[in-house]
Amino acid sequence: MNSLIKRLKMQFDVEEQTQRSNLSFINATALQLPALLTHLRDYEKYTQLIFLTAVDRIEDNQFQLTYMLADESSQNNIGVRVRIDRENAVMTSIAHLWHHARTYQQELREMFGIDFPGSPGVNDNFILEGWEEIPPMRRDFDTREYSEKTYFPRPGRSTTHPRTAMKAVDPDYPELPLMKGRVK
Amino acid sequence: MKSTENKIIHPLENAGVPEDQRHLYCDASPRPYPALNKYVERFLNWARANSLWILGYGTGCGAIELRPLLTSRFDISQYGMNPRPTPRQSSVFIIGGYLSVKTLKRVIRSYEQMQNPKFVVGLGSCTVNGGMYWDSYNTVNRLDYYLPVDVYVAGCMPRPEAIIAGFEKLKSTIMAGQAEGANEYAERFDWYKSNQKKIIKDWDMPDYNW
Ligand code: SF4
Repeated sequence: MNSLIKRLKMQFDVEEQTQRSNLSFINATALQLPALLTHLRDYEKYTQLIFLTAVDRIEDNQFQLTYMLADESSQNNIGVRVRIDRENAVMTSIAHLWHHARTYQQELREMFGIDFPGSPGVNDNFILEGWEEIPPMRRDFDTREYSEKTYFPRPGRSTTHPRTAMKAVDPDYPELPLMKGRVK
Repeated sequence: MKSTENKIIHPLENAGVPEDQRHLYCDASPRPYPALNKYVERFLNWARANSLWILGYGTGCGAIELRPLLTSRFDISQYGMNPRPTPRQSSVFIIGGYLSVKTLKRVIRSYEQMQNPKFVVGLGSCTVNGGMYWDSYNTVNRLDYYLPVDVYVAGCMPRPEAIIAGFEKLKSTIMAGQAEGANEYAERFDWYKSNQKKIIKDWDMPDYNW
């Protein structure tokens, strides 16, 4: 793993973070990504794309994409992280490298609104049909508010969240910062 | 969406299907069937209650409990019930858990294809009030706004014993002549349709899928 990172650093401008002996993450720029993934696939035996996922870094006004690759023979995994702009969320498609990446890209297009121009079927419906709001996995989408105004909530719902349950028996039970504003 | 957009026009205009195919679909809305002579109806209800044929809709996790129910461990056929492969042959529709907007659409299609009289059993808290997915962007909260539900079985997930108890309840409701879900659906068709259309935004099927 270490020697791989060394080799990569000779060719690409990447930062690395090693999590376990068989799992590392490298941060790369969006421009480098296709070359980096092609290199990993064709020269370093990272032939399997395990997943492609996104995180909404709304504080930085960015999306973080993680491409997780695996080397079957050595059981090593490497995650390639890329930050892209949140306002104009466009990323290069990698469907030509792994055919199944189109499904991930279609999902990200629907759930986060990240476009992958040229990816086959990227604008087709994936799970949502006829969605009219902002993409639901963006963190500024208030899922509870949407659910309450759309799905006819049944009144009389109560919660057994530990915080409220403990408050009932012990008034001094501390307020948790956890899930603030989410639990009635 | 404005409420006027959901107005249901009779005969049904089937605006969701392409114009050149509209003549292929039925444009009549369902109508309620009045009860027959008291004694005949009593006999029919006895017969209906004792040969419940199931259409299972199991995309929710609660439907995992249907497997032991149908197979040798709990063996539902001893109660005169039997799973059937198609909506046309079934009289009980079991909704096994949460429904998303996408699955609700398929559920409506299947329900409307079933023949009268038909009954709906909602399994699990998700069909009652959304269960643990109540605040999800995609999960329907209460099933009875879209289909007439005869029996709810609460629990997350309900055990097979609870489901059997639910079916016993359903049987006694049918025997008493109170399981009138199909007629209720026909009588309040506009209300059910406008609820369905409020959340299913891309309505690309006929208004009544008979
Ligand atoms: S009630 Fe529980 S078991 Fe049933 S579908 Fe919902 S979450 Fe799953």
